[in-house]
Amino acid sequence: MIRYLGKRILFMIISLFLIITVTFFLMHSIPGGPFTSEKNVPDEIKKSLEAYYGIDKPIGEQYVDYLKRVITWDLGPSFSEKSSTVNDVINRGFPVSAHLGLQAIAIAITGGITLGVIAALRHNKWQDYSAMVIAVLGLSVPSFILAAFYQYFFAIKWGLFPIAKWETFEHTVLPSFALSALPMAFIARLTRSNMIEVLAQDYIKTAKAKGLNTIVITVKHAVRNALLPVITYLGPLTAGILTGTFVIERIFGVPGLGREFVLSITNRDYTVIMGTTVFYSIILIVMVLLVDIAYTIVDPRIKLSDAGKE
Amino acid sequence: MERILEVKDLHVSFHTYAGEVKAVRGVNFHVNRGEAVAIVGESGCGKSVTAQSLMKLIPTPPGEFKKGQILFNGEDLIKKSNKEMEAIRGKDIGMIFQDPMTSLNPTMTIGNQIMEGLIKHQGMSKAAARERAIELLTMVGIPQPERRVTQYPHEFSGGMRQRAMIAISLACSPKLLIADEPTTALDVTIQAQILDLMKDLQKKTGTSIILITHDLGVVAEMCDRVIVMYAGKVIETGTVDDIFYNPQHPYTKGLLRSVPRLDLNRDEPLTPIFGTPPDLLKPPVGCGFTARCDSAMRVCQQYDPELTDVSSTQRSACWLQHPLAQERVGS
Ligand SMILES: Nc1ncnc2c1ncn2[C@@H]1O[C@H](COP(=O)(O)OP(=O)(O)OP(=O)(O)O)[C@@H](O)[C@H]1O
Ligand code: SF4
Ligand SMILES: [Mg+2]
Repeated sequence: MIRYLGKRILFMIISLFLIITVTFFLMHSIPGGPFTSEKNVPDEIKKSLEAYYGIDKPIGEQYVDYLKRVITWDLGPSFSEKSSTVNDVINRGFPVSAHLGLQAIAIAITGGITLGVIAALRHNKWQDYSAMVIAVLGLSVPSFILAAFYQYFFAIKWGLFPIAKWETFEHTVLPSFALSALPMAFIARLTRSNMIEVLAQDYIKTAKAKGLNTIVITVKHAVRNALLPVITYLGPLTAGILTGTFVIERIFGVPGLGREFVLSITNRDYTVIMGTTVFYSIILIVMVLLVDIAYTIVDPRIKLSDAGKE
Repeated sequence: MERILEVKDLHVSFHTYAGEVKAVRGVNFHVNRGEAVAIVGESGCGKSVTAQSLMKLIPTPPGEFKKGQILFNGEDLIKKSNKEMEAIRGKDIGMIFQDPMTSLNPTMTIGNQIMEGLIKHQGMSKAAARERAIELLTMVGIPQPERRVTQYPHEFSGGMRQRAMIAISLACSPKLLIADEPTTALDVTIQAQILDLMKDLQKKTGTSIILITHDLGVVAEMCDRVIVMYAGKVIETGTVDDIFYNPQHPYTKGLLRSVPRLDLNRDEPLTPIFGTPPDLLKPPVGCGFTARCDSAMRVCQQYDPELTDVSSTQRSACWLQHPLAQERVGS
């Protein structure tokens, strides 16, 4: 187990290194720079700015410098927001994004599993069809349209929730639901197909032959087995939520990390792009590891180590 | 002798896209207290459907109980509600399935899977049920039961799993145990062990057993009586001796000729039954065996023969048993 984790962490560091390298060179291969838009900056000042930020140096040297700083978790200054560092930007934006993301994940998981289980238990009945219509809508309607739809009905027409901004709990409701739609639909479909498969298994018949009632069979025998593949999806789910926040945060004016990331790309703000990319990658890689560990807890057949059975 | 189970004219169909599959088309048989009865017959003849009907485990839809009675202790199970059936399943009737690799829940400990029934039917506390589960594991010959109760199915071998399955089915001391090909998925040495165990447990507990199998050797060794099924019907019943030494129905005779037997003349060549059983979507009006029967007569195609007494213990459904046919065969 310890050996396995050590191995995993080593691989995580290697992949992180690769991500940093690829992003770094990709970003520098795009024409333009952080100061190109500020047209009326005199050449001299531009030069000294570039010298200050070290982007006049050869690219190889910049790369080595950057790696050195990243190791100490110093992501450098921001080009566009002169007063703050990238670390500041992340510290400011991430708690908001995490709040939004976690709420959306909670909605997606509970909603998705409930819809999926109901659909499977009522296979080919109207409950099944309605749940799957919702799921298909969730999968096919882009989140920005859904967000605009929510804003129009729940904020403008009915005035139930604020239309944008991030202040009270009410402000978090619409963005959370908008963000959760896609993963919820995905989880619902996954849960449904797994449940239908599990309900046809022999061990469900065994459970029936014991005289257990439908509720006990569903909860104790079916759902747990049907959810195993859903857990595997939690890794990609986090990725989806992360990228989802880029759009949703912009639409709802949420001051999160996703918005900063999008802004940094339009501003060609090298250090912020790099910093947030590295940060997102770490979150993703750690999530994947956590999911693998969670899997071994829920499924007794899977052991983390390759040592095998006793 | 007391009849614990009596099945009368049972009809079970499945509604599929292709139409109504008449899987069971009038099955009659009974099981006495403490007796082991075998159900044999070709693949697809309705053995499993019959067995699962006895516990009403057939999902409806697509299944449907069209007609007939299943009298268990004198009460008709067909008329019982699902709630009433839940109280009978696992308590009065236990069931063992064919494949021990798939019939246990992979994410629940063996102990918990045994305890469930005890807690439900006997109102045991968790601790008491655990004690009993350990006892049951000992009874079915699983070593180190204290350790085994906390293990998961994947930590058990196939034979061990089937023993665990037997422990589950016998947990509440059912009056009737249905075993649907309990050894087919196991290798030969393990098969013998499991059968010995079942024989042994039957002697100890006095449970009646319905054993579904393709293995006539097992039938001869374990069972008192045999029910031969063909195309959704019972075509012959009798004691093991009746069926093995004095088979009446051409299908039973064919079945016996198609398997190797240690007790009979070894020089006799094995002859498989040619042809295939009829399509249960469009079952024939007459005898289902007509197309494959050497002795088929014109009447066979038009009228279905009923089970008639051959002796006090044996019954057979074939026009050859009809008095007129007997005359012709005799002359
Ligand atoms: N759920 C179902 N839907 C449609 N047809 C079914 C269903 N279950 C069983 N049948 C049909 O009922 C018939 C009898 O099946 P059954 O499983 O009882 O056969 P069996 O005698 O147990 O065969 P085997 O020896 O292969 O186990 C078959 O023709 C099968 O196709
Ligand atoms: S009834 Fe006719 S066809 Fe059927 S088994 Fe008897 S002789 Fe053969
Ligand atoms: Mg079968």
